[in-house]
Amino acid sequence: MKVKTQYYDDSVKGFITWSIIWGTVAVLVGILISLQLAWPQLNVAPYLTYGRLRPIHTNAGIFGWGIGSFIGLFFYITQRLTKTPLWSPGLARVTLWLFNIGIASAAVTLAMGINRTKEYAELEWPLAIVVAIIWVLFSINVFMTILKRKEEQMYISLWYIMAALVGVTVLYVVNNLGVPLHLFKSYSIFAGTNDANVQWWYGHNAVAMVLTVPPLALFYYFLPKVTGNPIYSHRMGIIAFWSLIFMYLWTGAHHLLWTPIPDWIQTLAMGFSIMLIAPSWGAVMNGYLTMNGQWEQMKSNYLVKFLICGITFYGLQTIQGPMQAVRTFSAFIHYTDWVPGHVHMGVLGWVSMIIFASMYYAITKIFDTEIYSVKLANIHFWLILIGQLIYSITMWIAGVQQGSMLLATNPDGTLHYSFMETMIAIFPYYKIRAISGFIYLGGLAAFIYNIYKTFQKGAASQAAKA
Amino acid sequence: MLEKNPVVFIILAFVVIMVGTTITMIAPFKWINGAGDKIAEVKPYTPLQQEGRDLYMREGCNNCHSQTVRTLASDVERYGYGGSYSKSGEFVYDRPHLWGSRRTGPDLAHIGLKYPDPKGAWHKKHMENPQSVVPASNMPSYAFLNKPLDTTYSERKMKLLSFPYTQADLDDLKGKTEMDAIIAYLRKLGTDIPVKKAEAAAQAPAALKNPFTDLQTVAKDAESLYMQNCASCHGDKREGNLGPSLKGSAKSEADLFKTVSQGIEANGMPAFGGTLDEQKIWKLVTLIKLGAK
Repeated sequence: MKVKTQYYDDSVKGFITWSIIWGTVAVLVGILISLQLAWPQLNVAPYLTYGRLRPIHTNAGIFGWGIGSFIGLFFYITQRLTKTPLWSPGLARVTLWLFNIGIASAAVTLAMGINRTKEYAELEWPLAIVVAIIWVLFSINVFMTILKRKEEQMYISLWYIMAALVGVTVLYVVNNLGVPLHLFKSYSIFAGTNDANVQWWYGHNAVAMVLTVPPLALFYYFLPKVTGNPIYSHRMGIIAFWSLIFMYLWTGAHHLLWTPIPDWIQTLAMGFSIMLIAPSWGAVMNGYLTMNGQWEQMKSNYLVKFLICGITFYGLQTIQGPMQAVRTFSAFIHYTDWVPGHVHMGVLGWVSMIIFASMYYAITKIFDTEIYSVKLANIHFWLILIGQLIYSITMWIAGVQQGSMLLATNPDGTLHYSFMETMIAIFPYYKIRAISGFIYLGGLAAFIYNIYKTFQKGAASQAAKA
Repeated sequence: MLEKNPVVFIILAFVVIMVGTTITMIAPFKWINGAGDKIAEVKPYTPLQQEGRDLYMREGCNNCHSQTVRTLASDVERYGYGGSYSKSGEFVYDRPHLWGSRRTGPDLAHIGLKYPDPKGAWHKKHMENPQSVVPASNMPSYAFLNKPLDTTYSERKMKLLSFPYTQADLDDLKGKTEMDAIIAYLRKLGTDIPVKKAEAAAQAPAALKNPFTDLQTVAKDAESLYMQNCASCHGDKREGNLGPSLKGSAKSEADLFKTVSQGIEANGMPAFGGTLDEQKIWKLVTLIKLGAK
């Protein structure tokens, strides 16, 4: 019998468990704030008002669910790809503790109104430091494991992981630079237009380095594992990788079209956004072509559904995104509900589909068992797909309607609709959106139950072996 | 080699990331907020206004309200309130910026121009119970801001931000509520740069003659203008609210024109002469005089 490397997976399990908990918080708060937009009397002053809850929703989603699951799953795949146990299990345990303390404190302080207001960088300076420490500890652990690796060749997933380690560190530190007033308040060191430019350099590249590069690392690892097919083209993966991380950093100002940001920065952002279609679709095509001759697995293998659906939403997202980055189209839909529709296709359709598949796969491997119920996993898949589609499609329709109404003028140049008329018109969509949240929550519940039962089953069989 | 050397790889990845970063994020520091952006009239915040701004941040108002009038005609028309589109120089004292990314509610960059009333009566009523002035609004109530303002750090904030202040400014904070502070902030937004004053003011009312004799030809435009500019104080159906009912008026057309154009400062009625041209004001006058009672 071959000697198996002894991997350290306790922290993988820990991060997966806790990221699911924080992800559930994100969805629940999301549903509450979607209801508040339709029924404002659901705001409970002062802690549970929309203005304080919305950053809790985004932070729980991006940091709790996104980063939490990436840390766990990167511990998992780094060990396998390097054929080396994790460099420091102790450090991983500390990281998990800090992570939970950090996210819980984030939720509490945001509800208290301690808020820097820079999107996805709302946490005040003591917590921002905790977040940076979490990320650095995690980065050191992964990087040292890679340095000590037994497998010389570094598979492409490791590239994406390492790029995320550097990228997130640089972005987060720069955008959080501030001068503290006291423990719970600081002022940005940047002012006005500069601050906006730094913020969206950060904001858009948080999308790159947290919500694009990490799920791609997972996708490149888990698609071949799940299907048994090698990735279609390693070379295409390499070209797509370098052009992706090169181009992304130019595009932040597409969030600031028509604002006082200098025109040339806006134009560069627009151009590079369109160019980004190429590397994005490089990854999409790599996924599709890996499935060549194996498409029947879409039916027979429940994990393939998640992965291929996920990469398809990535493809759609990276067409829609560049479209929105064009000045004329931005003038029409920016600031409307079109944008939350776009964002949720990305996070629910693309990022979360990939994370779900990766978690199912990793958990069964760690416990060396089968999933508790494939049927339940299929229910999970359909509910989250339907929930997300209803969400995005209603918001796109709402955005187009509101955008057109806001631009409509009378023959004398007067605006045809008052702001309130444009809002009243989209209330029905808000109600449908809230329903879609409940459908998504149903899917999430199926996932949680399935994972819980698989944990139980796995723990029982491990105990029996011992 | 790259695929086998993680140290070289990570350095190279860093360099690649820094190219776009340097050109579009670091380099612009050289001239944004520099002399070319400077607008002499734009003033830093007073201690009370800065406290209000910090409350605006605490409550996360930026999650629903943007603060940039884009260089689009429809934006200037809707959110300019007589001012122009937003310029870089208007934001040099904003740390951080509060431009926002979503307009669940309207843009507030120039909101101070829309409600110039020094007493801030509209804002107070609206913050306490938004639906009492805008029935369909989905804004939460902020009545809880009616509590004493914590001024412990007010002076330190001024020093940290290098804003000028006097002892009188600090004394002015005494007895103020959080509501007072946030209204002081909202009233400042967009008001530093002077806007076109009511041109019609110079004209004698006698010389004013309404070019529209029946409502039908102007009804559509007038209704839009009304909803846009008047409804938040006079009610969606002109039934009156913070301002008096406009279902018919005893005033002559010329007097109505003068009121809309020049405003009545003592009552908090803004002057629309800078925002609306003569034709538009006449359309509103026609609606008030001839509209359904």
